[in-house]
Amino acid sequence: MQAVFTRPKTLKDTPTHFCPGCTHGIAHRIVAEVIDELGIREKTIGIPGVGCCVFLYKYLDIDVLEAPHGRAPACATGMKRVLPDRIIFAYQGDGDMAAIGTSEVIHAANRGENITVIYINNSVYGMTGGQMAPTTLLGQQTTTTPYGRNFRTEGYPIRMAEMLATLEGVAYSARVALHKPKYVMQAKKAVEKAFTMQINEMGFSVVEMLSTCNTNWRVSPTEAIDKLENEMIPYFPLGVFKERTGKDFL
Amino acid sequence: MRVLTKGNIALAEGAIQAGCKFYFGYPITPQNDIPEYLAKHLPRVGGTFIPAESEIASINMILGASAAGARAMTSSSGPGISLMQEGFSYLAGSELPAVIVNIMRIGPGLGGIAPTQGDYNQAVHGGGHGDYRNIVLAPASCQEMFDLTIKAFELADKYRNPAMILADAMVGQFQEPCRLTPKEPVVIPQKPWALTGAKSRPAQLIKSLFLGPGEMEVHNLDLKKKYDTMEQNEVMYETRHLDDADIMIIAFGTPSRIAKTAIQFLRQEGVRAGLLRPITLFPFPSKAIHEYSSRIHKVLVVEMNTGQMLRDVQLACHNGTKVYFYGRPGGGIPYPDDIMAQVKKILS
Repeated sequence: MQAVFTRPKTLKDTPTHFCPGCTHGIAHRIVAEVIDELGIREKTIGIPGVGCCVFLYKYLDIDVLEAPHGRAPACATGMKRVLPDRIIFAYQGDGDMAAIGTSEVIHAANRGENITVIYINNSVYGMTGGQMAPTTLLGQQTTTTPYGRNFRTEGYPIRMAEMLATLEGVAYSARVALHKPKYVMQAKKAVEKAFTMQINEMGFSVVEMLSTCNTNWRVSPTEAIDKLENEMIPYFPLGVFKERTGKDFL
Repeated sequence: MRVLTKGNIALAEGAIQAGCKFYFGYPITPQNDIPEYLAKHLPRVGGTFIPAESEIASINMILGASAAGARAMTSSSGPGISLMQEGFSYLAGSELPAVIVNIMRIGPGLGGIAPTQGDYNQAVHGGGHGDYRNIVLAPASCQEMFDLTIKAFELADKYRNPAMILADAMVGQFQEPCRLTPKEPVVIPQKPWALTGAKSRPAQLIKSLFLGPGEMEVHNLDLKKKYDTMEQNEVMYETRHLDDADIMIIAFGTPSRIAKTAIQFLRQEGVRAGLLRPITLFPFPSKAIHEYSSRIHKVLVVEMNTGQMLRDVQLACHNGTKVYFYGRPGGGIPYPDDIMAQVKKILS
């Protein structure tokens, strides 16, 4: 009998800590599949930030450096400059990258650091219990916006993929989603593209992944999928915001 | 051959000679000579200089470079060093070597740029969160800016711990003849723990998060053992005229230089004063101070602050020792006359 679906070699055979219904595990699997398919496991180093992403080392069978909150792009910068022939990726959540780590990601991107950032946007601080993130939607209730996010007091949700795409150093910036098979296929293509950009030394690549957090959104997993589709995607449109070609680069 | 060299430049050249190929930093006075020199000279040894967007970014670039096995350094002053404290804590917790230079400026706040030693407590007693220690070296001459920088890399690698050069702006900015070659050949140790990709070996991990019950206690106690070993093996200090001294002056950095002049004049007048100069502030020469103070019952601590090393001296001194303090904070520099007057007052 032919096996048509197996665990990627890079994905460890261990249960994750993610809540039932969370789509974050899919992001890990996509990264593991792409690493396997590009044959780069032995030269890839992952740098997770702080939050639900921090346990990356438990799930991916690669070298891992745990970065301080928000600083993964700076750590990745230092590491890549030492090891320019390795594949270095930062792995951050929306609190990590879009709040405390904006400076580090913007300047790593602007320098055109030849690294990849996988950015999980689930519109809340997940691990700390569902506080408002910069990506929290207007009206969305969180533990720190109990009356819903109000633009007059908390401002607007921040669109990182579009913002980073404006920087000259960025080779690839895309937003994908993880809530339905069709989107998962697109997400994998984007991750593959991002890593390929790095392999080809094109510069900074980032993939923003819209992910559900049914626990902190206080809804069922299926309702979370609907919420992502009907509320997140209209504000955070999917697509490729920048894709540099060899010609642009030269 | 000795070359007339500014302290900060001697330090920067020391880093290059130590095999440091990665410098990341953000401008701040009075340490700008260091990044400027390295921006110019690191490329000649195939090194990398990044003008980082902030001190927070600098120290985290160091974290990444160090995790990859490289010798890496950053330098800053006052507010910049404060911003890096989170990174020092992570380096210590993750057991990663790094060299950090603090050419102190006056605080609190934006303060000023004249010579000071106001960051002793921050450097020696923590600064960042958690139960950890920095290795802290205190040069008092341009030659030591060179030599102790090489030593800092050696100790950082040996103990997989951040090592700080803590110097005042006088030591950073004055010029003296320097030998700009290492006293001993520089040996960079193998780093099998470094993250280089899981090729022909299991995947490796560098982290500071230990959530399991009891795990962090074990980690803290392991770190403590390391700090105890440093206290056993790495203490450095200089003594002068302590054999027959009636009073022991304890000072580091610039005040130790001024104290030497004061002691010379005092001895000409028949006053038997001596000096103990800590070179390592952590590990602190507590044992030596304890032993000398069992014989020399009067101690004068001279610092360019309101009394920070003073506490460590008080803890180290033999019971019954009288510890006096003379401090000039906020950019004030003690004159030899001032120290002589203090000594005479104590001995009268």
